[in-house]
Amino acid sequence: MDLNYSPEESAFRDEVRAWIRENLSDELRDKVLNYRELSKDELLGWHKLLARKGWVAPFWPKEWGGTDWSVVQRYIFEEECGAAGTPIVVPFGVRMCAPVLLRFGTDAQKQRFLPRIYNGDDFWVQGYSEPGSGSDLASLKTRALRDGDSYVVTGQKIWTTLGHYGDWIFCLVRTDSKTEKRQDGISFLLVDMKTPGITVRPIILMDQGHEVNEVFFDEVRVPAENLVHEEGKGWTVAKYLLGYERMGTGNIAGSKRELARLKKMAGPLLDDPRFRDRLTRVEVELMALEITNMRFLDQLRGGRAPGAEVSLLKIKGTEIQQAITELMMQTAGPFAQAFRPVNGESAFDRLTASLVPRYCNVRKATIYAGSNEIQRNIIAKATLGL
Amino acid sequence: MDFEYSDEQKLLAETLRKFLNTGYGFDARAKIVAGPAGWSEDVWAVLAEMGILSVPFDAEHGGFGGTTVDMMVVMEALGEFLVVEPYLATVGLGGRFVARGGSSAQQQRILPTLIQGKLKMAFAQTEPGARYDLRQVSARATKSGDGWVLEGDKRMVLHGGNADLLVVSARTSGGARDADGISLFLVERTAPAVTVTEYRTLDNLRVADVKLADVRVGREALLGGEGRGFALAEEVVDYATALVCAEAVGAIKYAHDATLDYLKTRRQFGVPIGSFQALQHRMVDILISYEQARSIACLACVKVDSADAAERRRAVSAAKIKIADACRHVSQEAVQLHGGMGMTEELKISHTFRRLTSIAQAFGDADYHLERFATLG
Repeated sequence: MDLNYSPEESAFRDEVRAWIRENLSDELRDKVLNYRELSKDELLGWHKLLARKGWVAPFWPKEWGGTDWSVVQRYIFEEECGAAGTPIVVPFGVRMCAPVLLRFGTDAQKQRFLPRIYNGDDFWVQGYSEPGSGSDLASLKTRALRDGDSYVVTGQKIWTTLGHYGDWIFCLVRTDSKTEKRQDGISFLLVDMKTPGITVRPIILMDQGHEVNEVFFDEVRVPAENLVHEEGKGWTVAKYLLGYERMGTGNIAGSKRELARLKKMAGPLLDDPRFRDRLTRVEVELMALEITNMRFLDQLRGGRAPGAEVSLLKIKGTEIQQAITELMMQTAGPFAQAFRPVNGESAFDRLTASLVPRYCNVRKATIYAGSNEIQRNIIAKATLGL
Repeated sequence: MDFEYSDEQKLLAETLRKFLNTGYGFDARAKIVAGPAGWSEDVWAVLAEMGILSVPFDAEHGGFGGTTVDMMVVMEALGEFLVVEPYLATVGLGGRFVARGGSSAQQQRILPTLIQGKLKMAFAQTEPGARYDLRQVSARATKSGDGWVLEGDKRMVLHGGNADLLVVSARTSGGARDADGISLFLVERTAPAVTVTEYRTLDNLRVADVKLADVRVGREALLGGEGRGFALAEEVVDYATALVCAEAVGAIKYAHDATLDYLKTRRQFGVPIGSFQALQHRMVDILISYEQARSIACLACVKVDSADAAERRRAVSAAKIKIADACRHVSQEAVQLHGGMGMTEELKISHTFRRLTSIAQAFGDADYHLERFATLG
């Protein structure tokens, strides 16, 4: 065991750091650090810069553009992106759809979709949850009926993150409603969002941001060649994908950056032992999680798909994110109540005023990608055998 | 960066576990604890023979030359089996003092004998009212002829009653709370005017109060520089803290495994109680505490050898905060999930509870280390 970087690892860190410094504009960085909404172009712009450098999908197989980095290099890369305040690489294409295609897709599907995902040609989103199917995802009702060379899709998806930017959506749909096990009637479909019959409607959250959407499907014709894996095997695909989905949700590098900012913001509050002890406990939990994360990543060497251990990272990582936003809001004291300027921005500090909306927004973290209660169910079953 | 245990470390763990599995089961331990000494000479001899006592010491003294990560492997196993022999006191504290601060004559006199299992040590530091503050030393050492005269009142000396040689902190100058002016002395436990009163602790270890009334020692008894004992004591106590964190990980692992097993086998309402979600989620939280405790103990054991004292202090205090919290959480939950059986003397889980309760407060509780961590900046 050795927690220090080797000279090669240090050199790699310097290379990543220098590249980010040259390529991340002040304007974009400023938006990230002040929790502003990023436009589709801004998100894809950063994606494309990374793609041109060859760094957008480090964990893909090398022949499709993966970097062949060691676990430590991957960690260093995430760490540097987090510390610098880069935009995230939107996970739906690179981290979620692509691993599924690599594992279950046909050669034709791989050839058709993977290069476009890599290059950021399409904006991908995820169609999983439905109004009646949240934690109980297998109860989903959006149906896809086979009609010649097409499926005809009718139903509704909800909580579709960045659905208003979406070019393509991967969906879980019900192709058979008569199976004994309801999981056996689910299939995994790729849908072009420009297809007639699709309507996207915004859902405004309590921070008044537009991030998630409802997506309605009204007899949408999807070519049968867009089915991934076999009909009725969508649940297998879904579970495989969820492991990858949760891998990024711990957001440890981002939390490290936010914690450092929190300490700067705290000022005289650091002399208040009540505040300071809460802050320290969060910091220590994060130090531990960073090592837990690396211990787990280390076990994934050799390409094993992530299992229930990522649920632990999700639970702890999101709890820490929330704790940090809560402490940050506390640092602003009475000014934390500020939200939006009405007639001009004098005496209106944009960062301070973003702390309450941020606190509200991050409540989502323990709910999305499988609520933390569902994560505990998963660990209980898969790791503990209960 | 690398998170694997080396092959040597795996072998070390395997060898030690094999012995403990056969020779240190719960019943065997109960007999040892009930004996007059409260620990076993035979077990100590085996640990010496297996080289476990030699792990951290240099080859020139007959040691294995191991790292603190090697020690982590040992401590985890000792924690899992609730070993009561004076390993931490002798190897983690006494031996470490000599290895880090002793003259080469002191090292040659003490370390080979210690490694052979023929010399046990203890650290006499705590005084009434001092809590965990290593600066609070009122015991005095006064120069007298060629040597020193020591007087003082030391409490809760871990394994002080069976140690052959004590490391005693005493003030050679300065006021009762000054970091400067503390010196360390090697004192034979059987020396005249040393009075040792032994008692049992919650977790079935032995500690002692040690009274020194005009104890005369020679010049060669001084360990490290005169008046500069604080820095050495702080470094060694940080080391022992990292070790006790690793020991906690072993005990927490046992509590986790035993509780999980109980949830699967204990039946109520016609089903295993592990089928109840209210208990499943609590069990998952035990697992999370265990994984997080293991991670932070790794950090402490890797960084405790750092030449940068600030980095060392930071890692050790962070670890002890998390470990203290995890000790409390896991031990309390393990008893709760075992129900009435968890309360009983006859189950190992209650003994694990007792050890974890002690470790939570050993070398500083969470509040002490929260303060220390925060004031490091």
